[in-house]
Amino acid sequence: MYDIQDYQEALTLSEAAETLARNPRMRIIAGGTDLLIKLHGGQIEAAELLSIRKIEALSHIEKMPDGAIGIGPLATFTQITQDPVIKTDIPILAEAAVSMGGPQIRNIATIGGNVCNGATSADSASSLLALEAELTLISSRGTRVLPISEFYLGPGKVDLRAGELLTEIRILPQHYVGFGGHYIKFAMRKAMDIATLGVAVLCKLETGNILAEVKIGLGVAGPTPLRCLEAEAYAAGKVISMDVLNEVGRLAIRSAKARTSWRASKEYREHLIQELVPRALREAIVQAGGGEIA
Amino acid sequence: MAYTIVGKSVPRVDAVAKVTGKAKYTDDFFERDMLVGKVLRSPYAHALVKHIDTTKAKELPGVKAVLTYHDVPQIRFATAGHPFNLDPSHQDKADRLILTDKARFVGDAVAAVVAMDELIAEEALRLIEVEYEELEALLTPEAAMKEGAPLIHEDCPHNILSDRGFWMGNLEEAFLAADTMVEGEYETSMVQHCHLENHISYAYVDAHDRIVIVTSTQIPHIVRRIVGQALGIPWGRVRVIKPYVGGGFGAKQDACLEPLTAAMTLAVGGQPVKLNYSREECMIDTRRRHDFKFKMKSALTKDGKILGMHIQAISNTGAYASHGHSIAGAGGSKFRYLYAIPAIKYEPKTVYTNLPVAGAMRGYGSPQMVYALECHIEDIAKKLNLDPIEIRQKNLIEIGHVDPLSQNKIMSSGIRECIDKGKALIRWEAKKEGYRQQMGDKRRGLGMAAFSYASGTHPVGLEIAGARIVLNQDGSVQLQIGATEIGQGSDTVFAQMVAEVLGLPMDRVHVVSEQDTDLTPFDTGAYASRQTYISGMAVKKAAEEIKAKILDFTWGMTDIPAHALDLKGQNVVYKHSGEVVIPLEDVALSTYYDTVFAQPITSDVSNNARVNAVPYGVTFAEVEVDLKTGKIEILEIYNVHDSGTIVNPLMAEGQVHGGVSMGIGYALSEQLLFDPKTGKPLNNNLLDYKLPTIMDTPEIGVAFVETHEPTGSFGVKSLGEPPALSPAPAIRNAVLDATGVAFNQLPMNPQRVFEKLKQAGLI
Ligand SMILES: Cc1cc2nc3c(=O)[nH]c(=O)nc-3n(C[C@H](O)[C@H](O)[C@H](O)COP(=O)(O)OP(=O)(O)OC[C@H]3O[C@@H](n4cnc5c(N)ncnc54)[C@H](O)[C@@H]3O)c2cc1C
Repeated sequence: MYDIQDYQEALTLSEAAETLARNPRMRIIAGGTDLLIKLHGGQIEAAELLSIRKIEALSHIEKMPDGAIGIGPLATFTQITQDPVIKTDIPILAEAAVSMGGPQIRNIATIGGNVCNGATSADSASSLLALEAELTLISSRGTRVLPISEFYLGPGKVDLRAGELLTEIRILPQHYVGFGGHYIKFAMRKAMDIATLGVAVLCKLETGNILAEVKIGLGVAGPTPLRCLEAEAYAAGKVISMDVLNEVGRLAIRSAKARTSWRASKEYREHLIQELVPRALREAIVQAGGGEIA
Repeated sequence: MAYTIVGKSVPRVDAVAKVTGKAKYTDDFFERDMLVGKVLRSPYAHALVKHIDTTKAKELPGVKAVLTYHDVPQIRFATAGHPFNLDPSHQDKADRLILTDKARFVGDAVAAVVAMDELIAEEALRLIEVEYEELEALLTPEAAMKEGAPLIHEDCPHNILSDRGFWMGNLEEAFLAADTMVEGEYETSMVQHCHLENHISYAYVDAHDRIVIVTSTQIPHIVRRIVGQALGIPWGRVRVIKPYVGGGFGAKQDACLEPLTAAMTLAVGGQPVKLNYSREECMIDTRRRHDFKFKMKSALTKDGKILGMHIQAISNTGAYASHGHSIAGAGGSKFRYLYAIPAIKYEPKTVYTNLPVAGAMRGYGSPQMVYALECHIEDIAKKLNLDPIEIRQKNLIEIGHVDPLSQNKIMSSGIRECIDKGKALIRWEAKKEGYRQQMGDKRRGLGMAAFSYASGTHPVGLEIAGARIVLNQDGSVQLQIGATEIGQGSDTVFAQMVAEVLGLPMDRVHVVSEQDTDLTPFDTGAYASRQTYISGMAVKKAAEEIKAKILDFTWGMTDIPAHALDLKGQNVVYKHSGEVVIPLEDVALSTYYDTVFAQPITSDVSNNARVNAVPYGVTFAEVEVDLKTGKIEILEIYNVHDSGTIVNPLMAEGQVHGGVSMGIGYALSEQLLFDPKTGKPLNNNLLDYKLPTIMDTPEIGVAFVETHEPTGSFGVKSLGEPPALSPAPAIRNAVLDATGVAFNQLPMNPQRVFEKLKQAGLI
């Protein structure tokens, strides 16, 4: 039995924004797969919920004329996995989406909820970070657009201000066109698990077997999903070799803030970063049109 | 032996009910004005309850009762689901109160609330004020046994619940005669059953002042007795009803919540009260598997004959005895039917700690023992540079062997054939050859392990079973058994047995799946892999009695002597030719309505089985270890079983799939974790407790070597628990083969594998 004191449904964005403005205790519920777990666990009590599931304008996935890809926050993971635009242009997000939960959860869980919940383990987050996604946030006061790297404030904490609603996740063409990518979800189970480490790597190649640009997003490597800027800077312009890849892995650890918990030790987490970043990069290189590295 | 229905993969008798949702489980029943019960649990691992103030909770609107230690009978009772023992010195350890005045683990029940709904009950729990006096928390057996440690139960010095072991043969002599000694230490983990349906029961007082309890249990008749004992009321005042059950694996071979549910209804004047544990509660306050630490030392000849074995074991039973006192003993007895070891000394210590209660769980001490034994045998083979399969073959027990302690006699054994079959299925020789020179980050290896087990508990426990059959007017029958269907398929197997004896198609055998202690014949329930073998004897006996009565009745109708008659295809036939004498339906109708001879045919039998039969089996596994991440992947796995006659091959295969999957979790990922300082549970939920999903489960190969067990009806032996026994050591041995590193601690999860490989210099 859930401790739900109030439940309302908004049919339009403005209705949602107004309801939130009127009642600051109101919480948004999308798929509910994070929220209900928190209610069950007692982290949230006496919940007052505003469902946004009936707002049709929030579940789109589309490519704009300028090449930007817009993803509505209500897009479910199943939708993302199967969407032709995503599969063609940013397959790394489809890889991340299919690694999430199980079929039933993917049918109901939304990407907006995944991002707004603020978990470092969120499977879409490291890919969205590597893709340098922009978030559109709307409230009765107006609209903000924020790079996803600025959205994460701390464990479970995001820059979602009172009355604000995420309305779109946008990926600009300069951040995906020409890139190959790969997501590795390292978890204890092959389904229904949170990542011990999530590694998203995108790369772009230049002729002559050169890494033009590399972008690395990590999940569960710190309190929030994070980018590995030092490793990325090192990689840019390097001729591909196993040594370079290993050095990228080594440098990625420097951006991480791994710690020991009963789930895994810091030492093991860092070892995994060092091992899996090059593995993901190797595959990303192939996806970007490069060759296999012996 | 050729049977018509026994040995056929007929569909489960409850399949349609279950897939259409018509099968009713405890939570599917509704009573008018049903209240909700909730438990207040101790936040401390070890603490005296100095004072409880329930005033505020009682004042909350919607609260019907608040119970504490003061409101329940001050009677210590035992919860273990064993048959009662008339000999007081063999009775289960009575160390529990319905609500305690001393918390012995984080989660121990110190108070309870009955309220109109769950939210009110939860709110009321928060309003109960408890003053605790914290005691030193003893979170390992070592801490619990050390000099001067506080006693968890005052009557158990050094917190040792039991240290009964055994010795056989002359171990000193064996040690002197040995060419080589091999020693090893092995450690298993705390795991939980994770049955699909959580523990749940509801209770009310009926118009005759009797307490009716509907509960998800494996042992309705035993629960009746335990509730009677716990409340100090005549056992006949308790009626226990067991509807469909969604799994138990031993966690429901125990009276976990029924005494409290009964106390709750009594506290509200008999109004129905439901107590429905959440998964989180279920994982800490029902039962778990005992974690064991073993020290083994073996005396060997240089060609690998085992002369003697010294086994020391420490078993962590947690806060209350439950089955603890018998599990180390059971683990120490059932492995003895595998290898002919002339001298064994077994020294177990079962120790109380301030952790959740360990109890019965599929295999009952044997998964732990088989793990240690089969790791040890592998280590011996390695040390002596012998083939691990040959060394096992060299030491196997033969048919005719009588165990000197239990006096159980081996009358059938297919263990050699199981080994041969497993070896062929996995293509052992070819793969071994291929994996000789491996380089790179991923290494493959092969391993196997064998086991012996038992069918029921004889001679340690009473093995009584009851069955009742009624012949209907149309020639169909009802079958009632005291044995409980909990998902394993026993109803179907019993129906097949009846159909076989009476010459009926399956749809003419109606099984009454529900057990009700007022109505059902006495049987102690689903545990110890006993039902097909033990309860099967009662079922066959009941069916044979019906058959004899039908043939006798037909004799009266036709003048053909019963001994010349048989039943086949719903007819009474001539035994010698099969020629139809009279349709069974006509006979059945006459038994009801013949104006002179009418006497409806029933049978109601009980069977006290004073025998045991030993099932055997093996696991063969092939793994791939990622040396860089510590991940172990099972590429192929086969379980081959000798369980005598297989009554229903498809269901038997399902049983093996479930057991192997449980064994894989035991080997690689499952483990209950607690804060080492406070004893607080860290992962009592299915996200953090790594029960494998179907995606983590490889294709499981299953094969049977069918023997005919003379003591079993239709030649059966047990298959319930055995599939879970040998996967973990087989996987461990495969990892040893792949990496050269011996993992002597379960589970072999990536973090642990990483640490070990690093130690070994492989990372
Ligand atoms: C069994 C199970 C398995 C899971 N497995 C995974 C997994 O493998 N990987 C993974 O990453 N996660 C997993 N999760 C977590 C969860 O499913 C995901 O985070 C999911 O994406 C959350 O989406 P939702 O729509 O259900 O969010 P909700 O629970 O509805 O909301 C989550 C949070 O986001 C806020 N929110 C939602 N939408 C908006 C919006 N548009 N604007 C502002 N705030 C918003 C809500 O207020 C709430 O705080 C799992 C959960 C379960 C129950």
